[in-house]
Amino acid sequence: MTDSLLSIHKLTTQIGRDDGAIIPVSSVSFDIHPGETFALLGESGCGKSMTALSVMRLLPPAGKITEGEIFLDGINLRDLPEVDMRAQRGGNIGMIFQEPMTSLNPVLTVAYQVGEAVKLHDEEHAGDIDARVLELLQQVGIPDPERRMSEYPHQLSGGMKQRVMIAMALAGRPKLLIADEPTTALDVTIQAQVLDLLRDLQKRTDMAILLITHDLGVVAETADRVGVMYAGEIIETAPVDTFFAEPQHPYSQRLFDALPSVERRNRPLTAIEGNVPSLAETFRGCRFRSRCDVAKEICATELPPWHGDQEHGYLCHLQQLRSESIEAPQEASISEQEPGKNVLRVEQMQLYFPIKKGLLRRTVGHVRAVDGIDLDISSGKTVALVGESGCGKTTVGKGILQLLRPTSGSVQLNGTELTKLKGENLRSLRAGMQMIFQDPASSMNPRMTVEAIVSEGLIAQKIGKDRSERLERVKAILDRVGLPERFMKRYPHEFSGGQRQRIAIARSLVLRPDLLVCDEPTSALDVSVQAQILNLLKEIQDEAKIAYLFITHNISVVSYLADEVAVMYLGRIVEQGDVDTVLGDPKHPYTQALLSAVPVADPQREREIIRLPGDMPSPANPPSGCHFHPRCPRATDICSQSWPELSKSGTHKVWCHLHG
Amino acid sequence: MVWLWTDILIWLLVVLCIIGGYYSSKHPHLREPWKRVAQSSVAVASGTFLAAFIIVGLLDSLHFKAGENDPDHGEVISALDVVMRPLRKNQEKTYSAPFALHLFAKETVEMPDGSQQRIYPRLKHGGAHLESEEERAADIYQNVISALLMALITWMILVAMVGLWRSEGRTFKETISVWICVRCRVQLGVSKGFPWPTLLWTAMLLLILLFLMITLGGKYHILGTDKVGEDVLYQALKSIRTGLVIGTLTTMVMLPAAILLGVMAGYFRGWIDDVIQYLYTTLNSIPGVLLIAASVLMLQVYMDNHADEFASVIERADLRLLFLCIILGITSWTGLCRLLRGEAMKIRELDYVQASQAFGVSHMRILMRHLVPNVMHIVLITIVLDFSGLVLAEAVLSYINIGVDPTTQSWGNMINSARLEMAREPVVWWSLSAALIFMFTLVLSANLLSDRVRDAFDPKLRGIQ
Amino acid sequence: MTAYIIRRILYAIPILIGVNLITFVLFFMVNSPDDMARMHLGVKRVTPESIEQWKVERDYDKPLVFNVEEDGSDRFTQTIFYQKSLALFAFDFGSSDSGRDISYDISQRMWPSLAIALPVLIVGLLTNISFALLLVFFRATYVDFMGVVLCVIMMSISALFYIIGGQFLVGKVLHLVPVSGFGEGIAAWKFLVLPVLIGVIGGIGGGTRFYRTLFLEEAHRDYVRSARAKGLSEIKVLFGHILKNAMIPILTGVVVALPLLFMGSLITESFFGIPGLGSYTIDAINSQDFAIVRAMVFLGSVLYILGLVLTDISYTLVDPRVKLN
Repeated sequence: MTDSLLSIHKLTTQIGRDDGAIIPVSSVSFDIHPGETFALLGESGCGKSMTALSVMRLLPPAGKITEGEIFLDGINLRDLPEVDMRAQRGGNIGMIFQEPMTSLNPVLTVAYQVGEAVKLHDEEHAGDIDARVLELLQQVGIPDPERRMSEYPHQLSGGMKQRVMIAMALAGRPKLLIADEPTTALDVTIQAQVLDLLRDLQKRTDMAILLITHDLGVVAETADRVGVMYAGEIIETAPVDTFFAEPQHPYSQRLFDALPSVERRNRPLTAIEGNVPSLAETFRGCRFRSRCDVAKEICATELPPWHGDQEHGYLCHLQQLRSESIEAPQEASISEQEPGKNVLRVEQMQLYFPIKKGLLRRTVGHVRAVDGIDLDISSGKTVALVGESGCGKTTVGKGILQLLRPTSGSVQLNGTELTKLKGENLRSLRAGMQMIFQDPASSMNPRMTVEAIVSEGLIAQKIGKDRSERLERVKAILDRVGLPERFMKRYPHEFSGGQRQRIAIARSLVLRPDLLVCDEPTSALDVSVQAQILNLLKEIQDEAKIAYLFITHNISVVSYLADEVAVMYLGRIVEQGDVDTVLGDPKHPYTQALLSAVPVADPQREREIIRLPGDMPSPANPPSGCHFHPRCPRATDICSQSWPELSKSGTHKVWCHLHG
Repeated sequence: MVWLWTDILIWLLVVLCIIGGYYSSKHPHLREPWKRVAQSSVAVASGTFLAAFIIVGLLDSLHFKAGENDPDHGEVISALDVVMRPLRKNQEKTYSAPFALHLFAKETVEMPDGSQQRIYPRLKHGGAHLESEEERAADIYQNVISALLMALITWMILVAMVGLWRSEGRTFKETISVWICVRCRVQLGVSKGFPWPTLLWTAMLLLILLFLMITLGGKYHILGTDKVGEDVLYQALKSIRTGLVIGTLTTMVMLPAAILLGVMAGYFRGWIDDVIQYLYTTLNSIPGVLLIAASVLMLQVYMDNHADEFASVIERADLRLLFLCIILGITSWTGLCRLLRGEAMKIRELDYVQASQAFGVSHMRILMRHLVPNVMHIVLITIVLDFSGLVLAEAVLSYINIGVDPTTQSWGNMINSARLEMAREPVVWWSLSAALIFMFTLVLSANLLSDRVRDAFDPKLRGIQ
Repeated sequence: MTAYIIRRILYAIPILIGVNLITFVLFFMVNSPDDMARMHLGVKRVTPESIEQWKVERDYDKPLVFNVEEDGSDRFTQTIFYQKSLALFAFDFGSSDSGRDISYDISQRMWPSLAIALPVLIVGLLTNISFALLLVFFRATYVDFMGVVLCVIMMSISALFYIIGGQFLVGKVLHLVPVSGFGEGIAAWKFLVLPVLIGVIGGIGGGTRFYRTLFLEEAHRDYVRSARAKGLSEIKVLFGHILKNAMIPILTGVVVALPLLFMGSLITESFFGIPGLGSYTIDAINSQDFAIVRAMVFLGSVLYILGLVLTDISYTLVDPRVKLN
């Protein structure tokens, strides 16, 4: 193609020395045209970031490009001397990264950091850098840019930092912007703002964007074309509309099937078994073979051919693949609707952290992490607690489990009040309530074997007479969560994220709890593995009638799994009710905005995003009246004066003056 | 047998190391880093040198009272003293240079004819076996050759033994080249694993030194003699034990307290943290040297006033050594404690500690099962990094008279007594040089090894290197 | 800010009380003044009278903490604890066991100490940072590798060797500057050159290696990648980003040591015959003058705590993220 801006041809990248080297990118080719957004989609560890860093020639010290060409506007970047490459970086190619928190230099001002890029790449403005910096900050929609210029990164919120990063990348008026998971670390409402900004900037400057993401929803909303990466290779390239309508490669198809949604509520998700293979392997045949349900013999021995052209095609031995997706059969018995007995009752729970100041360290205020919430969960039911980061949802979970002691209010487990209990009395009740944590990497002691991890609770709760009896229980529960017995003597680092999360589930379940608090159990996992874990959680609930409190920010998981949902904002619940009612007919402006901001994996669907200005205020100093009023598009005078009364219709509860 | 306090602690440490080694071999998170250490040539070479030092130190830690028939009857001597009896017994009158045949200072000697003359008198032991003084060069040459030959033969036996032990189906020539030639290993595809050639070549070097000492040590004063005519080589070798004791026991004596207090402060926070922080800030605020000086001075006063409580000079000196370790330990544990407190504060926020709390696991058990094992790499790194600093510190402290007892053999004492002679013309350089070179070898080996240990165990550095 | 500093200073009081108690126990309870007298007078020819006289001459003839023979507040003030230990809080160091005024000695001797220690610190810091930057710039090359090896070798050499060797080479063989002694005013420079030079050289190994690790840690942070993505050259990344961040721990580490510079260096001063506080302390140790050692312990603690407070303040000045409250 002659009109392409970026043209990558058979790019192969290696990290490490010859023995034991990993090849994160192998023979990747694609083109990006001016003004186009090309999305590189893939799960973690599939080589998409390394592809981007290869283009920038910013690979880690041990990495090098071993084969292939990268042309930008006709210039071969691979052969460019380092001095000229520096002019390209930040000049013709701008890049933004996943972690805005750590990607800015903490000791330099915003103006200095953006100005640095202007100084290097913008000769016209060399005389008046500050003016150009101001212009850039305005361009990326930073409110009050004059003041922000002299501020340091820690004074900015995550969304603001990412805007500064974008301003920095724009300083050289790049022809290509590489965005490496630009919104993964941000909340959905902020994500919507940033994606909006990128789209808007693209329209104005006609730059091309290489968008790296794992989120099908983001792809659907932003990209023109998509390339799917798996284990270092591009396995499918297609225009977005075609891709979402008819994914060709079995992996792409399974990816769609694994997405949780309302429609799939009463059946298991189609999970892709196993894990992404390690890139240190030498591959023979198709890399997806071991996880593919339509694999043939040839897939194991021969490299699959590419069907179609570079703009639109896929890498597979099979042709004429099925066009409809495989759906697991709907379960015959939809879990009967009889109300179970109440397991958890939370009334007016408050959890404050004191702020100490001054000469005598007096308490001058409180961070109101949780500011009076009510929850009821019956056995066998799932209540989802939804909200953005910093809204206090994790604190609610820890407060219920008495890992943090609530400041006031009541928490009852099976009718026993927990907040007043201490020592042995509380300890003996702990078996009844367990928690699964978000990060499978830190939720297990790296120095303990799986057996020791799973039996720790048994020993603490004095369950089982001796080691052999405990061992039996451990074996049984590992079998239940789908892990073979031989894993017992192994250590956590030997397992993948999904396997670790299974161990974490086993560890909690072995105590036979009545209540399981799941704190974002799948947010660190890839979609294909997330489906495995969600299926497992659902099966276990059906078997043991455990009550789940499911803490998450992922709306599609909520719609798939939850019976009831509570939306939290700044320490308080603003809307609560049946999952279909709340998600289908949200009443609170915040819920409406939150739901509208969630990207949907369907490029056809036109939707109106309700934009929320600004960021969530600090819980140390919440706004008066309704906490949401400063950002609420429909706020009236009364909203700033008093916290709204509860308005109830059926089981649907809303705290909003508009529905008073 | 006579068990001095430091002997007991040293052998206890040996036992602990063996247990630790066994424990490490069972736990992959310890086994893997050690394997990485063992795969580094630098670590193996310096480790071999350290091992030689440790063997000397351990031999010197087996004390007993010499028996009836012993020439040292009644004295408390160590196994090393027995091995080195010729060196110890060949005492001259005063200074003599390395390989010298005459004293360094002129003396008035009565000549056979009755007249008196000021000459450099002949040494009593150094080169006493020579018939004429001109033979010296040839004699030394001969002895060096025989030492080299003996070293070579021993080394070849060693190589053959290792080769036979692990021939792994190679031909004889291949086997030998795999063991002694780094390049051949790569050609034969044994690029990874334990660097045997490094070990064997270092062993060769040590064997040569050993046989040189054996063949020449009894006949000459290889490193000369000091003011009272004592063999400097003997002194330098005896000083090894002192260096090792200071380097290891110091950290060990305060280790339990440092670990427990540091981890507790970080885990419990609140008033426990306040108390522990107060404790170590207070101790830390007293300048280390002054605290040591004050304590040692007080000990001296006590020992002078209660001289009758100590059975022998050697026991008194040993107690002073132990006391120095303890006081050095008190001044140096605070750094580790603070480090562990910080780490424990991070770990207590991790999900697995929260999970344990959710199980109802007791605080003590969480400390022991979750906190301590996860800070042990810091402890290990601190121990190895502190070692060389402490060996160097001993020399400085002994130099300003607040170190080990003046009767204890130590490099610091050697330097201290030798520096007064620096003003002499010509300079008495051997005592000082010997002490500095021995100390340098030990400290360099320790530094190189500890570098590798830190690289292998510190997760933060693993990404950087 | 002010409240914070006041709080830090208030926090220093219990620490100083702790230090005071430790020294009191060490100097007066582990061994009584009688023991010290016996030691000074020589164990053999000591009589009860001479001990008593020794104590009277030095004001040690009082009970330790409580005087039953006096009335009212004198019961507490006419004690060793009050006069010898608590008096330190008023910086009343009293007189040494040989009868000299300690406060006067300290005021005279702190300046020569500073004249050595401050140049060593500043020159050393600049040298070490320059070498470390050089190694980091050439990281993962032969230069870096050899540099680190050289550092390890240099830090394995005893400080005594640097001093003795330096004195021998520069003073005795080359006869460039005097080996030891001290002069007044400007004339002092030629006495300072050698100790400062040796102090700097002795610190290069450890210092360079430490700063190199510090820089390398920074070099792997995300913001460095962002800086490179901007198209900055390696030199600009090194100086504009890595160095600026690494300077925070470096500067604050220096600040904590600043007040202690007055205390001087024990061995350097005694080797070079510099009349500073370091050699003062050594002399006191060698002549077993407990009054001076006691005073120096207390002074050292005060200066250390001062260093801690200054460190906290310097954080707020160099690190925009830190606000004291």
